[in-house]
Amino acid sequence: MVPTTTDRDLRLDLFRGLALWLIFLDHIPSNAVSWITIRNYGFSDATEIFVFISGYTVAFVYGRSMRLKGFLIAAARMLKRAWQIYVAHIFLFAIYLAEISYIAHSFENPLYSEEMGVLNFLNNPDVTIIQAMLLKFKPVNMDVLPLYIVLLLGFAPFLWLLMRSPNSALLASGAIYSLSWLFGWNLPAWPQGVWVFNPFAWQFLFIFGAWCALGGAARLSRAINSPVTLVLAIAYLLLAFFIAMTWHVPGLGAYVPTIVGEVIYPIDKTNLDVLRILHFLALAIITVRLVPRDWPALKSPWFKPAILCGAHSLGIFCLGVFLSFAGHFVFTEVSNRVPVQILVSVAGIAIMAGAAWLISWYRTIERQGSGSGSGPKTQAAKPSLAGGDT
Amino acid sequence: MFLGLAAPVHAGEPTECGVDGGPFAVAYPLNRVKKAVANKSLSILVVGAGSSQLPGPNGAAHSYPARMQQALSKKLPGVTVSVVTDVKSRRTAADMVKTLPAQLATSRPALMLWQTGTVDAMQAADPDQFSAALETGIAQARAAGADVMFINPQYSPRTESMIALGVYVENMRWVAVQQEVPVFDRFGLMKAWSDQGTFDFYSATKKLDMAGRVHDCIGRLLADLVLEAAKPDLPTDGNK
Repeated sequence: MVPTTTDRDLRLDLFRGLALWLIFLDHIPSNAVSWITIRNYGFSDATEIFVFISGYTVAFVYGRSMRLKGFLIAAARMLKRAWQIYVAHIFLFAIYLAEISYIAHSFENPLYSEEMGVLNFLNNPDVTIIQAMLLKFKPVNMDVLPLYIVLLLGFAPFLWLLMRSPNSALLASGAIYSLSWLFGWNLPAWPQGVWVFNPFAWQFLFIFGAWCALGGAARLSRAINSPVTLVLAIAYLLLAFFIAMTWHVPGLGAYVPTIVGEVIYPIDKTNLDVLRILHFLALAIITVRLVPRDWPALKSPWFKPAILCGAHSLGIFCLGVFLSFAGHFVFTEVSNRVPVQILVSVAGIAIMAGAAWLISWYRTIERQGSGSGSGPKTQAAKPSLAGGDT
Repeated sequence: MFLGLAAPVHAGEPTECGVDGGPFAVAYPLNRVKKAVANKSLSILVVGAGSSQLPGPNGAAHSYPARMQQALSKKLPGVTVSVVTDVKSRRTAADMVKTLPAQLATSRPALMLWQTGTVDAMQAADPDQFSAALETGIAQARAAGADVMFINPQYSPRTESMIALGVYVENMRWVAVQQEVPVFDRFGLMKAWSDQGTFDFYSATKKLDMAGRVHDCIGRLLADLVLEAAKPDLPTDGNK
């Protein structure tokens, strides 16, 4: 069952928007407000939500394109999208360089002579900038877009297979995931090490999102709606919640049997630990039950800011990374008191929402400007515009 | 599994070292230290990178290994406490492991204090290789007859957007639990100092005063942790 409606599922935008806000809050170092984000209450975090929904929307948009225009056109559009994301990533890297160059000049403290050595790479931009352009050198918190680029680059053949035999595509994806664990596959990073988000592992959640978009969700609906699944999901979330509490209240750690600790730790984010996938699935199952697709509140003005942010995710994601740099800058140069942290967090989310509104306003006038198109043409263009942000 | 060691404040110590919250250590008993104390001679090897030293002519005297030696000597009257340091900046855990057998052979310590993680994070070393280096180092120290205690990275808010410490702090903690090695949680301690306004780690200065006071506190608290872990009788809620 392939979705035929042009109506966008607003839940995707809502939760992707919320995920973008959480990623922003988590990316500001030493931010008291990040206590509210989901990573503190379970195994998975906003990254899983973002990657899954991105897989879902990419399959939705380019699946339509592949059906209507063929493999070549769809693949070409995906490559163009990957290029746009690459440009956005390099733009963010330039902003990052500006921020830390400033900090390098203004900061001195004998306590941190070792830590300041991290700025030494500024002394040889010839190597650093080239490594950044090769996506091997990735500053802290700038790992998501390179992951997204690689996922998009490899997605065309998967989409082709997903549209013919969705289950074998999902199986292939699961096989790559397993093999990456078995053989330690990952892409190399610079100056050493590997990618923080291993594309061979994280592709599984992306492809799973795509599989759900192309009818998998409908096929799963009976399992999702079964009370057994619900009970299992709730039990797993509670267990994860308890384990997460032991991170914050170490006294509770005594209640975790050693054998359990040995089985679950370390919970590997780089290689997308199975515990993280299960946690995301449990969250998704409960969310889908609590928030039906036609939930009237989705149209309420209260959710509008998050939905707008989710609908223009690339721009808002980049803005969020920039704002988290700026927030850290405010903490170091102005004040890091808790009221300032709250102010920076709230202001950042407001700016993201405002920018998302501005982007959709531009889209509206551009659409009107492009000659108030006659029926079918506008109709055909609409999905890529409304759902253009993959 | 985790033994709570809230940093205690003893009479006559600067109150600023004390901190609410914690625990700032994962503690396991240090039997070789216990024996060395009973034999009235405790030798400690500090293996570390740049954050185990302070610059300047008096840097060594103000840095935490020297402060810890002084605190331990005071608290263990009649026991000779010697501290040897193998400290050089820009070394990853794997770098340190290379010279470790030689260091252990010359200083023959009862305790190896191992400060590492920061440089691995700065160079984005493979976290699995970091854990493997820690395990190798523990095995070497134990083979040489020494107990091991980890010191994790400093909390450095200015460089937080450049150095991702998280996974290295986590891996160190996990290796410590598996190998039953105590960890001095310098990161958590300094974060708590920062949150409670004891020290302002954002401040930019060329002067050594704050750095000196921080190392003094760390030295004293380390001495407390060593004594706690080497206690003849651990409290009943101890090591399990």
